[in-house]
Amino acid sequence: MSAHHFRSGTATKVPFGQRIRDWWNGLSRFHQWAIIIPVVVLVYLMPFLNFFPITTEPGTDFELALFNTARIVLIAIGLNVVVGQAGLLDLGYVGFFAIGAYVAALMTSRDSALYAEYPWLLVVVVGIAVTMVSGVIIGTPTLRLRGDYLAIVTLGFGEIVRLLADNIPALRGNVGFRNLERPPGEWSDGTRIFTQGDGIPWYWLTVTAIIAVLILVGNLERSRVGRAWVAIREDEDAAEIMGVPTFRFKVWAFVIGAAIGGLSGVLYAGQLGFVNNARFDVVTSVLFLAAVILGGSGNKVGVILGAIVIAYTPERFQVVSEYRYLIFGLALIVLMIFRPQGLLGARQRLLARGRQAYKRLVGKPEPVSTESPMKDSGKGTGA
Amino acid sequence: MTTTSGSTPEMRHHLDDPGTDQPGGLVGEVARMSAEERAEHEAEVADVVAPDRDIEVEVGETLLEMRDVTLSFGGLVALDSVSFSIRRGEILGLIGPNGAGKTTCFNAMTGVYRPSSGDVLLEGRPLGRLKKSQITRRGIARTFQNIRLFGEMTALENVVVGTDARHRTGVLGALLRLPRHHREEREGVERAMALLEFVGIADRAADKAKNLPYGYQRRLEIARALATEPKLLCLDEPAAGFNPAEKEELMGLIREIRDDGYTVLLIDHDMKLVMGVTDRLVVLEFGKKIADGRPAEVREDPSVIAAYLGVPDDDVA
Repeated sequence: MSAHHFRSGTATKVPFGQRIRDWWNGLSRFHQWAIIIPVVVLVYLMPFLNFFPITTEPGTDFELALFNTARIVLIAIGLNVVVGQAGLLDLGYVGFFAIGAYVAALMTSRDSALYAEYPWLLVVVVGIAVTMVSGVIIGTPTLRLRGDYLAIVTLGFGEIVRLLADNIPALRGNVGFRNLERPPGEWSDGTRIFTQGDGIPWYWLTVTAIIAVLILVGNLERSRVGRAWVAIREDEDAAEIMGVPTFRFKVWAFVIGAAIGGLSGVLYAGQLGFVNNARFDVVTSVLFLAAVILGGSGNKVGVILGAIVIAYTPERFQVVSEYRYLIFGLALIVLMIFRPQGLLGARQRLLARGRQAYKRLVGKPEPVSTESPMKDSGKGTGA
Repeated sequence: MTTTSGSTPEMRHHLDDPGTDQPGGLVGEVARMSAEERAEHEAEVADVVAPDRDIEVEVGETLLEMRDVTLSFGGLVALDSVSFSIRRGEILGLIGPNGAGKTTCFNAMTGVYRPSSGDVLLEGRPLGRLKKSQITRRGIARTFQNIRLFGEMTALENVVVGTDARHRTGVLGALLRLPRHHREEREGVERAMALLEFVGIADRAADKAKNLPYGYQRRLEIARALATEPKLLCLDEPAAGFNPAEKEELMGLIREIRDDGYTVLLIDHDMKLVMGVTDRLVVLEFGKKIADGRPAEVREDPSVIAAYLGVPDDDVA
């Protein structure tokens, strides 16, 4: 009897994640917003939830930890466009981050020959523009390569950016740039809003940037562009034969990823107020990639989760901080064995009007099934 | 606009249908329709499936011409100055024994390989050095012998990728959701839905391509290729792995596609299928064209018989 019980139990069992997604997709737009808005408010209120299970250990500033986590989240979202959506393994992403930071340094530090009193917003725009251009410059020759070859060349690119900073006198190598300009604004008592010590404004600014980027990247995902990226990831040759100009869209993936990396670099440089060649090594690149892979490459919620794990746990637990590469390495190995798709599997919705279309066509909500075919209720074993 | 004929969508739904629960949405609606309503619905579907394409040549005139196409890989000559033409509105069969160069011929047309010499002309203009995606947009679409769908995408999304070949929304348009993006999304999804119905797999539109049954995957490939609004549709062994009943249904579908105004090039091993559905045949052997004509003529051609059945030893010398 118990055996029978067990069998009937597993036959109807739907994975937890799947149930969550089905529930979410079954909700109306209105209900979805009714959940999203409080969550966003909660995210903004995070700096005031500075108590036991969440707070960092003594010696680590909680607000700055939040800012750093948000910064890595932004980077992971950008890298996810390249790696997760378009399937281009980029090991040199830190290069774009570095370019963003250096643009901020060159424009706003008095150590720089290019210094002038630029408005801070202009620095952001120029930082993004310069990284986009460098994305085109790097992408055009390298994106003719595929898979491992692309990974190797991009790895080289990341190193080239760092070595340029080492060796070009104007970029000041290890000495670096000091006293970078910060965003304008004063509290009512006349003190600056954006300072190095206070993480809260920086955190809010970054969260705002993340939300804007998520909306824009989401727009791309549910369009011809997002479909082209996923088609390229799935089968580049078939995509080209189906009329997708694959090369152009690969360069675009690179450029958009670069823009987001550059934005993150500008924010980072602004908060720290100091830029030198120290923080832009390959290991940092791999750490960014680990966030994407860990959370679930190709899944925006997944990579946000991955970035939080990668960035926040070392700040929260001193032990993790000391052995972080060992721990993340082991975590990745374990994950690759038991859950190669990452914490949350790849899945994106690729139609701007998918909701209505699926409803009309099959009378079901828009599918976002992610897991392996095995978990898809045993259908489609005929192939 | 032409109307569909032959098998009804309902008949085709039974192909590989695992017999799941009651279909909802449009699929269920169609199943519940009366014959009259269904005919009307099918005519609507056909209207969306076969839009007005700008084809410069008249029905019956040469749409695609292979002019002395030679393709060699090192010392191996895969195609040896092959010439034939495909007329608008016909179903042309390309047959030949294994390794005769049929798929190579496809690849030369669709830009996968560039001819070592000779030209492929579509509507009288050479394809030259166009990229594969540009050739598709010029109007040649194909399916693959070994199915190559976008496995992680749903069936509907796969077909919408095909419709994107005709869309012009760029990154900026998508980023800011400009009016063209909205218009193209709406049109693309409408057309993709109609195509899924047309090939008879609308009931599984929301399933990932890799989870579809084999027969559905083959049909999805055809729908995706049709979505690019081709002037010429090339089917590479679409019936591979099908049983006779499924082949029969596929023949019906291919005829319907032709009746909707498409020109079809078909490769298959199955002589019965090819003879039954094509208007004209081209036979290849060892990279050379050995026959070209109506199925009945080709069947009697001694060189074709020799190629397929072999030649007795004493005839060779």
